[in-house]
Amino acid sequence: MMNLHSSFLYRKMVDRGMAVVCALLFLVAFIPLLSVLWLVITKGAAGLSWDFFTQLPKPVGEEGGGIGNALIGTLAMVAIACVLGLPLGVGAGVYLAEKGDGTIGNTIRFMAEVLSGVPSIVIGIVAYALVVKPMGHFSALAGGVALAILMIPTLARATEELVRLVPGSLREASLALGVPNWKTSMRVVIRTAMSGIVTACLLAVARAAGETAPLIFTALNNQYWNFDPRAPTASLTVQIYNYAISPYDDWHTKAWTASLVLLLVVGMLNVASRVMTRSRLKGAR
Amino acid sequence: MIPAPAAHAMTSEKPAVALPTSAAAATVLTDEATQPKVEVKDLNVYFRTNHAIRHVSLSVQPQTVLAVIGPSGCGKSTFIRALNRMHDLVPGARVEGKVYVDGKDLYARGIDPVLLRRRVGMVFQRPNPFPTMSIYENVAAGLTLNGIGGNHHETVERCLRQAALWDEVKDRLKHAGTSLSGGQQQRLCIARALAVEPEVLLMDEPASALDPIATAKIEELIHELKEKYTIIIVTHSMQQAARVSDNTAFFYLGELIEIGPTAQIFTNPRERRTEDYVTGKFG
Amino acid sequence: MSPASSGKSTSAAHTDKAFESDLRLVREKLLAMGAKVEEQIAKSMRSLTDRDSELGEQVKEGDIEVNRLEVDIDDLCRKILALRQPAASDLRLITTALKIVTDLERIGDLAVNIAERAMDLNQAPPLAAYVDMPRLAELAQEQVKKALDAFVRADTQEAEEVLAGDDHLDDLFVKIFNELLAFMMEDSRNIRRATSLVSICKHLERIGDHAVNVAEMVIYMVRGTDVRHPRSRAAAER
Repeated sequence: MMNLHSSFLYRKMVDRGMAVVCALLFLVAFIPLLSVLWLVITKGAAGLSWDFFTQLPKPVGEEGGGIGNALIGTLAMVAIACVLGLPLGVGAGVYLAEKGDGTIGNTIRFMAEVLSGVPSIVIGIVAYALVVKPMGHFSALAGGVALAILMIPTLARATEELVRLVPGSLREASLALGVPNWKTSMRVVIRTAMSGIVTACLLAVARAAGETAPLIFTALNNQYWNFDPRAPTASLTVQIYNYAISPYDDWHTKAWTASLVLLLVVGMLNVASRVMTRSRLKGAR
Repeated sequence: MIPAPAAHAMTSEKPAVALPTSAAAATVLTDEATQPKVEVKDLNVYFRTNHAIRHVSLSVQPQTVLAVIGPSGCGKSTFIRALNRMHDLVPGARVEGKVYVDGKDLYARGIDPVLLRRRVGMVFQRPNPFPTMSIYENVAAGLTLNGIGGNHHETVERCLRQAALWDEVKDRLKHAGTSLSGGQQQRLCIARALAVEPEVLLMDEPASALDPIATAKIEELIHELKEKYTIIIVTHSMQQAARVSDNTAFFYLGELIEIGPTAQIFTNPRERRTEDYVTGKFG
Repeated sequence: MSPASSGKSTSAAHTDKAFESDLRLVREKLLAMGAKVEEQIAKSMRSLTDRDSELGEQVKEGDIEVNRLEVDIDDLCRKILALRQPAASDLRLITTALKIVTDLERIGDLAVNIAERAMDLNQAPPLAAYVDMPRLAELAQEQVKKALDAFVRADTQEAEEVLAGDDHLDDLFVKIFNELLAFMMEDSRNIRRATSLVSICKHLERIGDHAVNVAEMVIYMVRGTDVRHPRSRAAAER
């Protein structure tokens, strides 16, 4: 009995000890995140204003100015990336899940894995070669293409996983009701995976919105309002970069504020993904 | 006292069942009055090189329940899945032989497997309601997914009543299909299968994932459904087969060993292997 | 006869060992009861032929054990039915056991009745020779033994022989009865003793009938066909 008692105490101590270690590790992991948020909010909040969102950047030395064009530019390029990347990414994922067990499927899967590991700056160069050179000039289109290329591999892999996660019994149940195979795929299997797919899309979009390197060679930058996709366009990320490496203090402040805006955009996308994918059915588990 | 003659009389009070066949001689006893609803002739199912179902022939009369029993791996599920061409979707599966429903061979050229599955419905072992649909939508799924629009309220109510589920869910038709208990979910799946108005219902161990009370409700349900539908049920529980079925077929290693009226199979089976299985000497 | 209904013990045993041993216990107890009952008949007849009333008392006491076995076997069979849901040959064994037990118990009671009649007769001088009664008793005992052997060996042929032998027994009974009638008509002082003897013969004939019942149930157990009451069945089928 003494043995039981002492081993119990020992186990209790070890348990407590490990709990403390885990808490510490959590803090260690969490602190950088907190500090980033803290810094961005404290340094950037002051600069938030209606002007900031609606005005063009002003030359050095002049007060005021904003990131209006960069905001529009980012939104536009992300939109182009969505139009190109979401259908291709989700479509590839669905293909891989439904019919991807042969050589073709394995090849595509392998290529997607490789692509997802390619550094984003390399993707930018590829987009330069693909779009900028033939067009002869930088453009928002090229930027959008670069972002799309970034989105597609991860989206395809995620979609494939999500569709494969749908239990085979659901497919069987639908087939047993006399529903054709393609309809079963579309309206039962994918519909069940849909909330996951939407989340994956929104996360892919959030990532694209935060990229800088690919946009440097493709969209370049622009100091003025630009609504033509075939022309160089400003973007939040490039603008932040430019402000941050400049020697001017007040541009540094603007960089912080722009960073805050970017964080807010990404944050909103995340919230949106949660809201949109909540089940509309009562009592759903 | 006069000793009785030695021959054993095969009295079958229930209408016809087919005797087990060898590939060579197929003897089918049919009740003179009715044509069988389902008739299987020399069915063979292969999965690549694996000969999973071997030369099976049997018939099922309309509005009767046939139970299919046998040890695990004997091919019971493979057999009934051949009856609604579910093996069409399995790569490497090959089906030979004939399966007649109302005299029409399901495997004949020109028969659309999708359409036939609306005449031969199936209920699976684990309840599988569609998670993104409400109870109402689940029951109507067979119709809506097939493009049949309109108000399905009548059909949904009728099928839920037939599945003995209406009273329990009538106030929460819009709730998720997955919000029900296991037994209720299974009855929901039965209602869903009934909504497309099949004539034959295949049930693959429908109660094996349920507790005894839910099981009893499903069995009672089968008794009621028998009046309209012809049912073939796979079960690993002999007591369940004894309780719900009119006739029982015993499968072993892909072959049909014996088929006969349930009472006879469980009191005096003809085959040694059936006897051994039913008395718990193996499997 | 297909292999399944030969009832011969299969090389395969029940997967459930407890069930297997329960079934074995039923057979053992039935055999014990059968042996006891055979002994009771023998003793009761000896108490008559040897004019030994002491044996008669033993028979009366022996009936306690017979009754105890009946209750035990019934209980065991009920337990098996409730807990094991026996099927096919196992089910036939249990239902046969339930029926055989009743017949054996009745045979035991008849043996006691014979012993009581014998003890009664032993108080009076013997009535000539007991004519063919020992023969009748021998036949009856043989029938019981054969029926029980048929059960043990699941031998339908032996059971059929029991069914066939009953006529012989009945005929012998009629012959003895007529002889006893003659005794009674000869001398009215014989009536009392003769009627006791007639009772005993009737009991023996009834023992033979019960042996036939056992044999019929053995045939059912082995073959799965019920051969009882052939005339009624024929009438029903017409």
